[in-house]
Amino acid sequence: MSPALLTVSLILAGWLVLALGSLVLTADWSRRLVFPLCALLSMGLVVACLGHDHSSVDTGYWPIGLAGEVTPVRLDSLSCFFLILLGLVSAAVSLYGAGYFRDMSQTQPEALHRVTFFYPLFLASMGGVLVADGAYGFMVAWEVMALSSWFLVTLDHDVLAIRQAGFLYLLMAHLGALCLMVCFGWLAVNGDFDFSAMRQAHREAGSASVIFLLGLLGFGAKAGLLPLHVWLPEAHPAAPSPVSALMSGVMLKMALYGMLRLLFDLLGHPLWWWGVVLIVVGSLTALFGVLLAALQFDIKRLLAWSSVENLGLLFSGVGLTVLFHSAGQDTVAALALAALLYHALNHSFFKGLLFLASGSVLHATRERKMAKLGGLIRVMPWVAGVALIGTLSLAGLPPFNGFVSEWLMLQAYLLRPDFPQAWLDMTLPLGAAVLALVGALSGYAMVKFYGIVFLGQSRGLDVTMVHDAGYWERSAMLWLAAGCLLLGVLPNQVMGYLNGLTQTLLGPEGRVSVAHQGWLWLTPLSSQRASYSPLILLGLIAMGVLMTWWGVRRTFHGRYRRAPAWDCGYPAQTWRMQDSADGFGQPIKQIFEGIFGLSRVIPDPQDPAPHYHSEVHDPFWSILYKPLTHLLERSSDLLSRVMRARIALYLLYSFLTLLGLLALVTGSVP
Amino acid sequence: MSAWVWFFQLIQGVMALLLAPLLMGWMAYCRARFQHRRPSSLWQPLRQWIKLFHKEVVLAELASPLFRVTPYALFGILALTAGLVPMVLTDLPLSGAVDVIALAGLLSLARVILALAAMDVGTAFGSLGARREMLVAFLAEPALLMVIFASASLNASTSLSKMAATTLDRGFYLYPSLAFSGVAFLLVLLAENGRIPVDNPETHLELTMIHEAMILEYSGRHLALIEWANALKMLVYFSLGMVLFFPFGLSRGGSGWEIALSFIGFIIKLLIFGVALAILETVSAKQRLFRVPEYLGGAFLLAVLAILLHDLLGT
Repeated sequence: MSPALLTVSLILAGWLVLALGSLVLTADWSRRLVFPLCALLSMGLVVACLGHDHSSVDTGYWPIGLAGEVTPVRLDSLSCFFLILLGLVSAAVSLYGAGYFRDMSQTQPEALHRVTFFYPLFLASMGGVLVADGAYGFMVAWEVMALSSWFLVTLDHDVLAIRQAGFLYLLMAHLGALCLMVCFGWLAVNGDFDFSAMRQAHREAGSASVIFLLGLLGFGAKAGLLPLHVWLPEAHPAAPSPVSALMSGVMLKMALYGMLRLLFDLLGHPLWWWGVVLIVVGSLTALFGVLLAALQFDIKRLLAWSSVENLGLLFSGVGLTVLFHSAGQDTVAALALAALLYHALNHSFFKGLLFLASGSVLHATRERKMAKLGGLIRVMPWVAGVALIGTLSLAGLPPFNGFVSEWLMLQAYLLRPDFPQAWLDMTLPLGAAVLALVGALSGYAMVKFYGIVFLGQSRGLDVTMVHDAGYWERSAMLWLAAGCLLLGVLPNQVMGYLNGLTQTLLGPEGRVSVAHQGWLWLTPLSSQRASYSPLILLGLIAMGVLMTWWGVRRTFHGRYRRAPAWDCGYPAQTWRMQDSADGFGQPIKQIFEGIFGLSRVIPDPQDPAPHYHSEVHDPFWSILYKPLTHLLERSSDLLSRVMRARIALYLLYSFLTLLGLLALVTGSVP
Repeated sequence: MSAWVWFFQLIQGVMALLLAPLLMGWMAYCRARFQHRRPSSLWQPLRQWIKLFHKEVVLAELASPLFRVTPYALFGILALTAGLVPMVLTDLPLSGAVDVIALAGLLSLARVILALAAMDVGTAFGSLGARREMLVAFLAEPALLMVIFASASLNASTSLSKMAATTLDRGFYLYPSLAFSGVAFLLVLLAENGRIPVDNPETHLELTMIHEAMILEYSGRHLALIEWANALKMLVYFSLGMVLFFPFGLSRGGSGWEIALSFIGFIIKLLIFGVALAILETVSAKQRLFRVPEYLGGAFLLAVLAILLHDLLGT
């Protein structure tokens, strides 16, 4: 075992030790020790993986496993990238947890104990998924990941809604795991479940396609792709905020990792139509997710729907990569792949940041409904400041990180090579159109998120009691916010790292040279084609703003006076006159009414106490899930007619079966 | 030579700052003429803003730092974009830092910041304006990106200088795809700048206003900066349209005479554009707000159609 792999293994073992160690400590001490140590181990993970060389592949064995066998493990550039992502985000989340769970040590020590046990276990299991080099190890880690996160989701299990969300999560996680198990069963060669054996095998297009579809179902259920997304907006908000941040920021990426591992490593030669399937499913998921995000009025549900959107974008990026790769255009494929990996990293940072910020809001106000929040920028300046960075990043605006990956993805869409299938040339721009629409809509959703929660007047909440985040929380959020900015302004450094990774996945041609003009300029393919320099842009923006300020102050004056808001001269102004979260989403509701189920109660004009109520439903419940449960109930009804729980009846059945068998036997024997 | 290039970069920035109010003044002048009113001076917008700069700022009690920073940020960002779009010379030293997609990103950054500032004070009109602005934005922005896409496919580049240069080399041809995306761009330009079929910059009629609703709480120098930034945005859209569809007249450096000629050409194009927009605004009426999605959806589809046409017909 190489030193890097050994370090990674030891860090995973360290997380396990922390989990077990928390059992012997008191709740308060385990909080004080476990979270900072988790953060330390996360940083160790990042350091160990950053030093790993792209071309080298380390393999080894863990001396534990099912039925006395050993578990093969492997560290290559793909797992390294995702381990770095895990380390960077979980370091921040662990720091945050050290402060966030402080109150619980008095009020709910038992629940805190559960957190300190399952939290390190959750981290270790995600690391396990990434290093496993056999189907056994992978599935065990995958299941531990699902279960440990389930325990964290259902922390407040005395609330009915959370129990229901937890059940739904468990159900979908296991449906997905079932598909994965069948998928690996199909992949196995002569009963050998090691990935190394699977890589060697030659498969026909038919069986490879079945494996791909099973994998898409399994990983898609974890990533929340349409129509398997229903658990995501329920489970993510139910968990405590640091756990939500970890689930949205990191756990969903495990599905992406699995898909990439399956497509480019285990199967090897993806077919072109898989790419089409992935693009269609991914784009529809992204569009649906962002529309629903814009309509939510619970802060964490809004963020969860936005995660659905982002995972959709990532999977459509995978589809694009597959399409280019199968057409033999590895340079463009590398651009698409690098863009999507970049976006995965970005999403982990800004979504983690926003979930943590919403956790601080929740902690300070005890309120998740946007209808009650507002004006927090004046009482929580720290949280509002970092949340603004997260908001602008998520909305995909320059010079923050969300824009870089969107820009790269658009460049990949623009570089359409000639496909053997002529109609593909024509339909690919539609994917770009969806990407543009999704980007613009996520801007809408983010203005709603930030504007309603942090700006405006407080909506009936007593803000004098609200406090800003503590030091642990602040440092964690600053870490992620700094990441958003750095990933935004130093794209060449990130792309330089990703180049090695795309090359190992796509072959020697699969690299994009981005630094034709030096490290300042991001120039994919050639400087004639396109260039973008976020660092210069940031400098220019800063210069422009400062010069404006200086010029105006110097030439004129800086006097101002405070007065009540003017508002076109209306004398009475209350907080009720601002847009509610519902009101802000109204145009979306109006325009896209046909897409989702909408039930509206509009009061009668004569009603002395009018009450307006509208609710948006996820149509997949009524289209897919309700009929499915209905079918299940009907069939069990039919079955219950046969099974009357009376011994005489059952004896009769046995007798009749026996008679039938006898008749069969006597009939076949002459 | 390189010092000259930097000098021109600087000159263009300053020129844009001055041309923007004159463009607004010229458009108001033409409109007044068409509507048989007595026009005000071309310098009127600039005079207005200087007056505002001298006045005291009245700040709403609840206004947070975000509200106070926004005018400066808005002006800084839009002045920057105005400095980066090729207006006279195709090649500017800094235009490589921002390609056309990043330019669209900068414009939407400016818009998001203003929408957030509008929600900051928490008045009825502020959030109403922000909501309507974002409604227009989420339809107009993808349409703009698709327009850009169509041109970028034709020129195999998204760099502004390169796109202009390629079109100049090719000479003037009427491409069907460019015709479609040109119409889409015009629709987007009107919507994004709050011109007549979508918004009316001259009224404070509460039921219909979008942009004005957002900036109701601003006064004094803040208001002047925002209005100036808005004028800059108009200029940016105009020069962007010129780069994408009609870069003829742009100079690639060369002698001083050529540059001077190119500058005059730019002014003439600007004057014609002002007249055309004034005619358009005089003969058309403002739409209801709920017709706007259809209008902009139409623009989006036209632009997508342009790309498909490009793929179908080739270059």
